[in-house]
Amino acid sequence: MMLGKIRVPMFFSLFLWAALWEIVGQSGASFIIPPLSVIFTRIAEIVPTASFAEALWITGKAFLLGNLIAIVAGVPLGVIMGRSVIADRIFLPWVNLFLSAPLTALVPVIMVIFGLGETTIVMTVVLFAVWIIVLDARAGVRNISPSLVEMARVFGANPWQAFGKIYIYAALPEILSGIRLGMIRAVKGVVIGQLLVSIIGFGRLFELYSSRFLMEHFWALLFVLFAFAFTLNEVLAWLERKVDYYAAARH
Amino acid sequence: MQTSNSTPALRADRQAGPAAARPARQAGPGPSSAVVVPSPSLLGQLLSHPLFLRLASVVIVFGAWEYAGRVPISPAFPTFLETMDALFGLIADGTLLQAFWITLQPLAIGLFASVVVGVTFGVTMGLNRLAEWFGAPVFIIAQSAPLAALIPILTFAYGIGLTSKVMTVCIMAMPVIVLNSLNAVRHTPASLLEMGRSFLGSRWQVIWKIVLPAAAPVIFAGLRLGCAAGFIGVILAELLITPTGIGDIITYNQSIAEYAKMYAAIFSIIVFSVLFIELIERLEVTLFRPEKRAAR
Amino acid sequence: MTAAQATASTVTEPRAIVEVEGVSKVYPGGTEALNHISLDFPEGQLTTLLGPSGCGKTTLLKIIAGLIPATAGQVQVDGKVVTGPGPERAFVFQDFALMPWASVLRNVAFGLELRGVARSEREAVAEKYIEQVGLKGFEKAYPHELSGGMRQRVGLARALTVNAKVLLMDEPFSAVDEQTRRKFQEDLLELVARERKTFIFVTHSIEEAVYVSDRIVLLSRRPSRVSQIVEPNIPRHDDPEDIRRDPVYLDTVEEIWQGLKKYLDEGV
Repeated sequence: MMLGKIRVPMFFSLFLWAALWEIVGQSGASFIIPPLSVIFTRIAEIVPTASFAEALWITGKAFLLGNLIAIVAGVPLGVIMGRSVIADRIFLPWVNLFLSAPLTALVPVIMVIFGLGETTIVMTVVLFAVWIIVLDARAGVRNISPSLVEMARVFGANPWQAFGKIYIYAALPEILSGIRLGMIRAVKGVVIGQLLVSIIGFGRLFELYSSRFLMEHFWALLFVLFAFAFTLNEVLAWLERKVDYYAAARH
Repeated sequence: MQTSNSTPALRADRQAGPAAARPARQAGPGPSSAVVVPSPSLLGQLLSHPLFLRLASVVIVFGAWEYAGRVPISPAFPTFLETMDALFGLIADGTLLQAFWITLQPLAIGLFASVVVGVTFGVTMGLNRLAEWFGAPVFIIAQSAPLAALIPILTFAYGIGLTSKVMTVCIMAMPVIVLNSLNAVRHTPASLLEMGRSFLGSRWQVIWKIVLPAAAPVIFAGLRLGCAAGFIGVILAELLITPTGIGDIITYNQSIAEYAKMYAAIFSIIVFSVLFIELIERLEVTLFRPEKRAAR
Repeated sequence: MTAAQATASTVTEPRAIVEVEGVSKVYPGGTEALNHISLDFPEGQLTTLLGPSGCGKTTLLKIIAGLIPATAGQVQVDGKVVTGPGPERAFVFQDFALMPWASVLRNVAFGLELRGVARSEREAVAEKYIEQVGLKGFEKAYPHELSGGMRQRVGLARALTVNAKVLLMDEPFSAVDEQTRRKFQEDLLELVARERKTFIFVTHSIEEAVYVSDRIVLLSRRPSRVSQIVEPNIPRHDDPEDIRRDPVYLDTVEEIWQGLKKYLDEGV
C-alpha cells in the first residue's frame, strides 16, 4: 500500500489494529477486551515467573519429543510408501483420512489410555504431526527425477550410496516442508491437548486464569503462545528456504 | 509447484506441500524408476490389484484394532467388534441420530457463516489492495496460531450455549477460507485477465466471468480445509464448553467407563466428517473441474 | 501471376489503418523497451514485426492493442487515437488464454458475450468461425481435451468472431510443434486472402515472417527502433509448399538473416 510516495509494508496495518484494541480496551466496552498496554505489562510480569517457566518446560519437552517421534516414525513410512506400490495402496487411504479428519475427537481416546499426564500430550503431538510428515516424505520420494535414478545406476552406485548421496537430498525439500507443516500442526496439537487435559503445562495456567477471571493474564499468555507459534513458523520457513535453493532446479 | 514461493502461513493450509495442487489426494504409482514394482506372477498380480489392496488395507487396520483390544493394550481399549456393536446399538435406539442433530447445528451455522463471510472477505481483499493491507496480516497470524486457545475467552463472552459454539467453528474455519480465497483471486493468470480486457470486458464482467471461475478450485480447496477445521472446532466446543450431542455421548460414556460406546461415538463423527469433506470435493469437481470429471 | 504483376498491384498504396507515431515505452525501473518508433500499417495487409527476443515487438503490439500505455507518442487506429482496447482490434495470445472451465463454443463466443450479444446469435457466429478454423465437431470440447494447435485455433476463432478490422497476433504459432506450425502458416495465408482484415503479426522466426507477410518490419535490439522494412513480394503459387522453395523467398530470408546477424554479433 502506498501512502503518497512511501510504500507502507503490509504488517504495518497491525499497528492500526493495535491502536484500535487499545482504544476499545481503555473504553471498558467489554471486559473480555482489556487494554493492550495492560496486557503487555502482564506479559512482562508472568514471563519471568517460575510457573511460566515450568509450563514452558513441560510444553516444550512434550512438543519436541512428540515431533521427534513423528519424524522418526513418519519419514521412513513415507519413504516406504513412496517406493512401494503395495505399501502405498495399503496405507495411503488411511493417511489421507487422518490428514483431514478431526483429530481432536481422538484426544479423549488418548486420554483414557495414557491418563492425564505428559504422555498424553506427547501422543497428541505425534497424532497431529505425523500424517503430513508421512505424506510429504512420500511426495519427496515420488518426485525424485527418474533421470537421477538412472544416473545413479549408470555410474554404479550401490543402493546405500544411492540413498545416502542422492535420494535423500533429492527428496529433502519436501521432507523438510512436511516437518515444518507437521510442527505447525503440532503446536495446535499441544495446545488442544493441554486445554483438554488442563492440569499440566499451559493448559493448567489457562485454567487457573480463566477460573479467576484474570482476563489480562489470560490474554498475556495467549499472546506469548501466539508469538512462539509465529516465531517457530518463521524460523522453520527461513530454514526451509536455505535448503530449498536447489529445489526448483531438480527437474 | 515450488516449495519456496508462498509465505509460510499461506503454505500451512496447502497441506500436501509441493507435490499436489490439491491437498491429500494422491493416488497411483509415481515415476516408475523410483518405485519398486512387484513381480508379474499371478500371486503378485493379485496382491497388487487395487481392489484387493483396498480391502486388505481395511482388514489390516481393523484387524490390528481387534487384536490390540484383545491383548488388551489397555483396559480402556475395546476391540473393533465391541465398538461396532456399540455403534449399531447407538444407531438402533436413535441416540446417535439425536446427538448428531444437536452437534451439527453449531457446525452448520458456523460453517455457513464462515463460508459466506470468509469467501467475501477473501475475494474483496484479493481485488482491493487496501482491504488486503488491512485484513491479510490478521488472518495470516490467525492461520499459524493455535486458535483453540481462544475458546475459553469465547465462553466468557458468549456463555455456554449455541452462540459460543458457533463462534468456535467460525474462528477455526475462517482464516484458511479467507486466505485461500485471497490467494486464489490474486493468482488469476495474467493472460486471462489481459484477454478479458482485450475483448472489452468491464471490471465487473472480468471479475464474474474470469477471476471467480479461475479462482474456484483454490477457493474450494480452502472450503474443504475450512470444513475440516470447523469439525475440529465443534468437537472442541463440545469437549471444552459444554458437552451436548456427540460430545455428550463421548464424555458421559468416558465417565462411566463404557469405552465401547465412547469409541463408537468418536468413530461415527470421524466417518461423518470424512464423508462430508469427500462430498465437497465431488461438488467441486462437478461444478468446476471438467478435466477431473473426465479423469474419473 | 508473375512477379512483375505482383509488384504492379501494390502501386496503389492502401491507406494506413494503424499509425504509430513516435511511440516510446519505458518500464518502471528504467528499462527502455521502445525508442520513438514511427510506423504505418497498410489496410488489408499482413505486416510482421520481426526481431530478436526481447526487442520489444510484443510490447509494441500490446500498445497498439491498448493493453499497455505508451510512455510517449501515440497510436491511431482508423483515425482514432488509442486509449485502451477497442472493438476494431482483436488479439490472439501466445499462450492461447483460453478459459479452462468453458467449452470451445463458449470460449470462441466470449468476445461477443462480453458485448452483451444474445446467446443464440453469438453461438451461431461462433459456430461459423469454429468451422472456418477447422474445428467443426469440437464445439462442446474443453481446452484440456485439445492439443496445443487446436487450442490456438480456438484463440484465432475467438478473435475472428468479434469481426474486428485489425487482428493482432502475438507469436501465435510459437507454442506448437513444427509440423503444426507449418500447417498454420499455410492456413494463415488462406485466411488473409479470404478475410479483408488487417493483420499485425509478431514472430521471431525469419522463415515464418517471409512466408506469411506482405510486409516485414525489422526491429533492432532494445531500445528498439525500426531498422528496416522489407516487402517480400513473393509471387503467388498454387501449392503453398512451393513458396518455401521460391528463390525470392530464400533470398529474402537470407537478406534478413544477414541484417539481424549484425545485431547478434554486436552482442549485448
